[in-house]
Amino acid sequence: MPEKSASNLVAEPKSPSKIRSPKRPAGTLYRGNEGMWSWVLHRITGVAIYFFLLVHILDTALVRVSPEAYNQVIETYKTPVMGLGEIALVAAIAFHAFNGLRIILIDFWAFGAKHQRAMFWVVIGLWLILLAGFIPRQLMHVFGG
Amino acid sequence: MSTAVADKKPAAAEVIPTFNVTLRIRRFDPEVDEEPRWEDFDLEVFATDRVLDALHKIKWEVDGSLTFRRSCAHGICGSDAMRINSRNRLACKTLIKDLDITKPITVEAIKGLPLEKDLIVDMEPFFDSFKEVNPFLMAGPVKGGKERKQSPVERARFDDTTKCILCAACTSSCPVFWTDGQYFGPAAIVNAHRFIFDSRDEGAGVRLDILNDKEGVWRCRTTFNCTDACPRGIQVTQAIAEVKQAIIKGHA
Repeated sequence: MPEKSASNLVAEPKSPSKIRSPKRPAGTLYRGNEGMWSWVLHRITGVAIYFFLLVHILDTALVRVSPEAYNQVIETYKTPVMGLGEIALVAAIAFHAFNGLRIILIDFWAFGAKHQRAMFWVVIGLWLILLAGFIPRQLMHVFGG
Repeated sequence: MSTAVADKKPAAAEVIPTFNVTLRIRRFDPEVDEEPRWEDFDLEVFATDRVLDALHKIKWEVDGSLTFRRSCAHGICGSDAMRINSRNRLACKTLIKDLDITKPITVEAIKGLPLEKDLIVDMEPFFDSFKEVNPFLMAGPVKGGKERKQSPVERARFDDTTKCILCAACTSSCPVFWTDGQYFGPAAIVNAHRFIFDSRDEGAGVRLDILNDKEGVWRCRTTFNCTDACPRGIQVTQAIAEVKQAIIKGHA
C-alpha cells in the first residue's frame, strides 16, 4: 500500500509542533463493533486451527514411518501443558464452527444481515456453554490423574 | 402553554453553552514530513458545533495550513468523510458534544487510500472501482417511446442503495480494503446493487459477472464496519449479501 502510515500506531512527531505534540496518541486502531471483532477472532482461530491440522497430519503420518516414534510423540501429548493446549484448541474450533454458521446465515438467510449482532451473542453463548461443559471435565482428566 | 415556550426560547438561544475540547489531528505535509505526525489543538466550541466547525475554527483562526475537504457541509456532498475517534464519520454530521470530550478527539484521514495531505486522500482508486460496475441505467429503447414504468414495490426493492453519496466512509472502513486495494469495496457494490435490482435496468447480468470475481463480492468478510460507518444509514453488508445471492441464483 502506498500509504506508509497504514499501521495502527503511528510515528512520533519529528519536529516540535506549534501547539504541543502528544508523544504517542492512544491507538488509532479502527473501532469496529461485534462484526469486526468476530471476523478478527474468526481469522485468528482459523489460522491457529490450520497450524494444528498441519502438526496433526504430520504426527499421524509418523505411525507409518516408525510406530515407536509415534508412541513417543503421543506420550508427550499427555503432559498437562498439552492438556491445557487442548482446551485452547477446543475453544478455537468451537468458536470457529459456531461463527462459521453465523457467517453462512448472514450470506444466505434473507434476515441474516439484520440479525448479525444478536447472532454473534448467540455464538458467544453457545461457545461458553460448550466450554463450561468441556473445561472442568478436561481439567479433571489432566490434573486428576 | 404555548406562550411559556415562546418566553423561554429567546433566553435559550442567547446563551449557547460552550466547552473546551482538544482536537488531536493527524497532520501530513508531503513537502516537509516523511511520516504523518499528531498535533493537538485546544479549542472553545459551542454545544451546537460539529467536528467540521472545529476544523474551520482551526483553519481560520489558528493554523491556515490545515487541509481538508468539505463542500456542502450538510451531509449530502460526501466530501468530508474522515476517521473521528477511530470511526469513519462525516465531520459535518458529527456533533462534538456527542463525542467523549474528556479525552482528545482524534481526527485522521480515512484509511486504505493514498494519503495526500493532512485529511485529504487520493480518491481516484475509489472512483475507479465505482466506474467499473457501470453505475448508470443500461436499457434499450422503450416500445412506443413512452416512459419506463415502475411500481412502488419495484422502486422500493433498491431504495436503500439509492441513498449513497460516495463519501467512501464504507469502503475505507473495510479491513479487507485496507490490505487489498484490488477489492471493489462496499461503495462500488452498493452502486451496482442500485441498478441490479432496478426493474427498468437490463444490465444486471453484466454487473453480476463483474462482481462474481475473486476481488468482487466474495472478498466481503461480513465485518459490518461499512454498515456501521455509512452516514446515510444504508444497510451495506445486507446489499452485498443480496448481490452474492443474486450471483448464485444467476439473476437479480
